[in-house]
Amino acid sequence: MDEPAVIVAFWVLAALTLGSALMVAVVRDLIHAVLFLILSFVGVAGLYITLSADFVAVVQVLIYAGAVSVLMLFAILLTPSSARDNAPVPYSAPLSALAGLIGAVIIFVAIQTDWAKAGDEGRFQATAAEIGRALLDPFVLPFEVASVLLVIAMVGAIVLVRPAGEEEGA
Amino acid sequence: MTLPVAAWYDFDPLRELYDWLRDHTAGEVVYVVAAVVGAVGILTFVGLGALVNVWLERRIIGRIQVRRGPNRVGPFGALQPVADAIKLIQKEVLQPRVSDSKLFNLPPILVFIPAMLTFAVFAWAPDLVYADLNVGVLYLLALSSITSLAIFVAGWSSNNKYALLGAMRVIAMAISYEVPMVLTLLAPVLFAGTMSISGIVDFQRHYDVWLAFLLPVPVLVYAIAATAELNRTPADIAEAESEIVAGYHTEYSGMKFGLFYAVELINSLAVSGIMASLFFGGYSLYGIDEYVPPWTIFIGKMYYFYLGLIWLRGTLPRLRIDQLMAFAWKMLVPLALINIAVVALEVLLWRELELDDAVLAAYVGVNFVLGGLLLAVFFRMLTRGYYRLPTRVRLVHDVSVPSLPAPGSAFGP
Repeated sequence: MDEPAVIVAFWVLAALTLGSALMVAVVRDLIHAVLFLILSFVGVAGLYITLSADFVAVVQVLIYAGAVSVLMLFAILLTPSSARDNAPVPYSAPLSALAGLIGAVIIFVAIQTDWAKAGDEGRFQATAAEIGRALLDPFVLPFEVASVLLVIAMVGAIVLVRPAGEEEGA
Repeated sequence: MTLPVAAWYDFDPLRELYDWLRDHTAGEVVYVVAAVVGAVGILTFVGLGALVNVWLERRIIGRIQVRRGPNRVGPFGALQPVADAIKLIQKEVLQPRVSDSKLFNLPPILVFIPAMLTFAVFAWAPDLVYADLNVGVLYLLALSSITSLAIFVAGWSSNNKYALLGAMRVIAMAISYEVPMVLTLLAPVLFAGTMSISGIVDFQRHYDVWLAFLLPVPVLVYAIAATAELNRTPADIAEAESEIVAGYHTEYSGMKFGLFYAVELINSLAVSGIMASLFFGGYSLYGIDEYVPPWTIFIGKMYYFYLGLIWLRGTLPRLRIDQLMAFAWKMLVPLALINIAVVALEVLLWRELELDDAVLAAYVGVNFVLGGLLLAVFFRMLTRGYYRLPTRVRLVHDVSVPSLPAPGSAFGP
C-alpha cells in the first residue's frame, strides 16, 4: 500500500463503493437501488484486487454482482407493488437503529484491530489453492454446515412453489 | 525445436522494446506502455473481428438458406459491414419518452465492457497473454454474468412489455445455464490443476492431449450452455421476433442496436476462444505450432468454432422457453454433476496414487464410453418426459396460489 498508483486506486474505489452504497439508500427507484448496489459490489471487488486477493475479487463479482443481484432484480420484477417505488416502510426507525448499531460495531472492530500485524500473517500468493485447502482442512465443518444450509433453502423453495394439487411424478 | 531466426510474427520487436523500457525508464512506465500496447492490439483484433464476423455470418447463413447474402458493396460484399455501420450511425437517435432516461443509454456501452475484457485472458501464444490471471476461468464466468445484467438493464429501461419480457427471459436463462457452465468448466480446471488459461493450455501441450478427448461430455454441455448464454438462434428466446418483437433491444435503434449486434458477434468469438483454449489445446497443434506462428493457430481454432456456431444458427429452429429451461435443469445439470464426480475421481486416482501418465489414455476411453451411455440414458428419459407436456393452456387461476397479504398490511398493496 505504498505505491502512488495503489493509493490513488484505493481512494477512487473507496469513493465508488461508499458513494454507490449511499445512493442505494437514497434513490427512490428500487431497480436503480439494486444497480447502485451492484456498482458498490464491483467497487469492493476492486478493493480486493488492490489487496492482491484476486480469487476473492473475482468471486465477489461472480456471486454478488452476477448472481445475488440478479436474484434481487428477479424478486423486484415479480413483486407487483414494489416494482418501481422505494416506498417508506413503517418500521424504518428500528431498522435504521439496527443498521447504525452494526455500522458502529464494524467501525469499532476496524479501529481496534492491529492492521499491520494482520497484514503480515495473511500473506500468500496463489490464493485460490490456499483458500481451497483452508476450506477443506481446518474449516471443513463450517463449510459443510453452509452447504447443508443451502440444501435446506433449496428444498424449502421447492416446497413453497410446488402447486398444492400436483401429485408425485404428475 | 524452434526456428533459428526470430521472425516478425513472434512480436520480437515488442519484447525488445519491453526490455529496453524496463532497463531505461523508472518504475511503472514499462507496465503502462505494455498495458496500452496490449489493449490496442486486442481492441484492433476485436474491432476488425466484429466487422469480419458480420460479413461471415450473413454470407454463410445466406448460403445455408439458399440465398446470396450481401454481395453488392465491395468484392463479395465484403464492405457491407462498413456500409451498415455508416447507415446505423446516420440514423436518428430515438428514445421512448416513457423510458428510464437515466438508464436507457447505459446498456449498449455496458454490454461492450465484458465482451472486450474476455479477450484479455486468452493465451494467444506462449508468453503472449495480456493478463495471465490465476483465476482466469472464474474471471470468464464473472464476465458472462455481467453481460446478462447489462441486457436486463436494456430491457427494463425501455419500459416496453416486450423488452421486459426479453430481459426476464435473459435473466432466467442466464441463471439456469450458468449452473451447468460452471460445473463443466470445473472439469478442465480439475485436470490441469490451475484456473489460469495459459496453465490449462500448457497442461494440454505437456501431455499432448486435448482436454476435449478427456472430457467429451463437458465439451458438449459447455457448447450448449454457451450457445444459450450467447442468445444465438437455437436459444435466442430473449429476442425471439416471432414472439416478443425483438426482445430486450426492441426500443434501441441506430448505432445503439448496432452495438448490441456487434457484441453478440464478439461474444460468439469469445466463446469460441474459450472452447479452443480450454478444451482444444489453445495455440498448440501437436507440434505444428513450432513451425507456424502459434497465434494464427489459436485464431484459426477460434474461427473454426465460430463457423460451427454460425452453422447452428443457420440450421436449427428456435426452442420454446419451457423446453430450453427444462433442458438446462433436467438434462445438462444432472449430466454435468455426474460427470464432475467421475472427473474428480479420475483426477484423484491419478494424482494421489501417482499413476503413470499412460492412464490418461485409459481415461479417454472410459470417459467416451461413459459419456455415450449417459447421453443415451438421458435422451431416453428426456424424450419420454416431453410426451407428457401439458396439453391445454394453463392459466394462473388454475394453479392454486397462496392468498395475497391483506391490503394495508406491511406487504399489501
